[in-house]
Amino acid sequence: MFEIKTKRFLNPTVCEMDILAPLVAKKTEPGQFIILRVDDEGERIPLTVAGYDRKNGTVKIIFQIVGATTKLLSVKEVGDTIPDFVGPLGNETELDGLQNVCIVGGGVGCAIAYPVANKLAEMKANVTSIIGFRNKDLVILEEEFKKASNEFYCMTDDGSYGEQGNVCVPLERMLASGKKFDKIIAIGPIIMMKFVCETAKKYNVPCVVSMNPIMIDGTGMCGGCRLTVDGKVKFACVDGPDFDGYKVDFDELMARNRMYADFERHAYEETCNLLNKEVK
Amino acid sequence: MAELPNMKPNKNEMPMQDPKVRAHNFDEVAIGYSEEIAIDEAKRCLNCKTMPCVAGCPVKIHIPEFIAKIKEGDFEGAYQVIAQSSSLPAVCGRVCPQETQCESKCVRGIKGEPVGIGRLERFVADWHNAHSDTKEVCEKPNGHRVAVVGSGPSGLTCAGELARKGYSVTVFEALHKTGGVLVYGIPEFRLPKAIVQKEVDKLKSMNVEFQTNVVIGKTLTIEELFKEGYEAVFIGSGAGLPRFMGIPGESLNGVYSANEFLTRNNLMGAFKDDSFTPVMKGGKVAVVGGGNVAMDAARTALRLGAEKVYIVYRRSMEELPARREEVEHAIEEGIEFMLLNNPVEIIGYNNPDDRRDPKNGFVKAMKCIKMELSEPDESGRRKPVEVPNSEFILDVDAVIMSIGTSPNPLIKSTTVGLEINKWGGIIVEEATNKTSLDGVYAGGDAVTGAATVISAMGAGKVAGQAIDEYLKNK
Repeated sequence: MFEIKTKRFLNPTVCEMDILAPLVAKKTEPGQFIILRVDDEGERIPLTVAGYDRKNGTVKIIFQIVGATTKLLSVKEVGDTIPDFVGPLGNETELDGLQNVCIVGGGVGCAIAYPVANKLAEMKANVTSIIGFRNKDLVILEEEFKKASNEFYCMTDDGSYGEQGNVCVPLERMLASGKKFDKIIAIGPIIMMKFVCETAKKYNVPCVVSMNPIMIDGTGMCGGCRLTVDGKVKFACVDGPDFDGYKVDFDELMARNRMYADFERHAYEETCNLLNKEVK
Repeated sequence: MAELPNMKPNKNEMPMQDPKVRAHNFDEVAIGYSEEIAIDEAKRCLNCKTMPCVAGCPVKIHIPEFIAKIKEGDFEGAYQVIAQSSSLPAVCGRVCPQETQCESKCVRGIKGEPVGIGRLERFVADWHNAHSDTKEVCEKPNGHRVAVVGSGPSGLTCAGELARKGYSVTVFEALHKTGGVLVYGIPEFRLPKAIVQKEVDKLKSMNVEFQTNVVIGKTLTIEELFKEGYEAVFIGSGAGLPRFMGIPGESLNGVYSANEFLTRNNLMGAFKDDSFTPVMKGGKVAVVGGGNVAMDAARTALRLGAEKVYIVYRRSMEELPARREEVEHAIEEGIEFMLLNNPVEIIGYNNPDDRRDPKNGFVKAMKCIKMELSEPDESGRRKPVEVPNSEFILDVDAVIMSIGTSPNPLIKSTTVGLEINKWGGIIVEEATNKTSLDGVYAGGDAVTGAATVISAMGAGKVAGQAIDEYLKNK
């Protein structure tokens, strides 16, 4: 059993928790992920780690309430336990030798981008961060990013906070003005990563993206998380989750992530109804 | 004067659920012998002095001896005979390919059918589970610690072998449930999960500790296990990554690996109405491949409500590697075998007028080509070759790829000095199952690639004995 040590909402639908999991906390690095289950009949969901405290043995997860499992997790309180929490899975983000990096985070993807930015800052690299959200209410981790970054941009689609526009706007602006990056690391919605890669390509800057596909075991056994990279089948769980963004087939990925959309919507609604009943 | 043997040429038939009924439920297909039938079947054994059947058994169960006990009606005695050699008889009685092992050597098989050894083993194990609560006898704890990686058949066997000898054994399992392929791979209708749980519980009663949610190679490395005080390690981490064909359309929605399809149902319970885990149900399903896993996937799809299930296999019935019994069951249940066919492309739905059509990106059909077998080459094998211009379209809604696995890289990539062969399997010494590292042993699919439950058990047993020798002499 894994105990929830802290819990807070970063915005109305995004929740942060520190989970007591000493073995995972001891090993995990930015870019790796864990798989958890909320109850004994529950599904296994992958979440990329948003931080870790090796001394206290906790792993930080940040998740958006999008489906039945994340809904159930979000109503757990400090001191409650979840039955399963396994990791660290996947490979860590490769940061060796990087000196000048642009981190692009979109929505809840910022939760995963932040530890990467933070580690780069610890490595004394020059970090430029661009984080983007739909609107002001959804902004998360702004202060944390600011601290880790030499240069920082916050974007909202509707202009209700920061600068209006998507994350590619300041990226393109910087690249066009001749700013050089060793690498761009983009983590967020698939469509965002696709456009960041297209922008990066124009200026010939390498771009790494982090995948968060549908997954079951997370150890290579099921192949459900496969994607096409450079025309070859890769498994996000053992070959990734980071891939060279130039080579990822994003359109295929978007279609694959819709596989169970209907089922998930129903499961989410049923869970909400069930929780409402309990409240009554 | 001893009673004369029962000279009926055929085995006593296995009582089974009616095919029309079982095609719609997940209950076990075979119901099992009654005591009367078991005794009658046992009487077909001639108790040969040479015991050819034992030679055909990977774990060398004293077959004529346990059958003799059944004849006497001493079912618990029969169980104790089997238990000397096998730690999972209720499992093996169900999933062993007896027709190519013990039963293939049975003298009764020369004229008629061999003795139903598998059915008798199953009967004895079930009888024991239902009637007996005898505790396993273990030697006094000897204070030595051994780590077992993986809780599938090889790991469970190795753990049992060592626990009986007084070792303190910890089994590490990557998933949230113990049992390995017995739980995530083999469906309920062929191997009820309660039986696997019983075997795990038995090991727990022998003080074997199980740690789920630990991925060796990630959460902990082999090196760290030694640092934590384990003196030997057995790696039984199983087969690995599912293969795909490399044809267009394999990433469409509705294309599964057999591993994924079976795991969703068996481990995650997607077949239950209230499950949180989704899986495609109904429609027309093509399973590509001809092994036992393909049969399991096809029969699972059928039970989930598919209107039509095809097995698409590139060779003929003669080469089909699945067990005869499973093939017969599949045919009885209405699965159609499309032999000498090979997929060349999976075709997706694509509505050019509506990019938001929810069916876009889902499987619509599979293009196949007819195959024929070449004349035998020098090795006598007949290769499947394409018949030119014989492509045709098969309407399907889902495709399940069941064409084997390639080894999992997690342990080898984090264990310095662990030698692997060119197919990625861990190299071991045959007599001991020792790897290139001292104190590290391995067995099962991680060594051989996809094989049978019983051969994995055999390897776990050999390794258990070798670890005992190694630690005694250390």
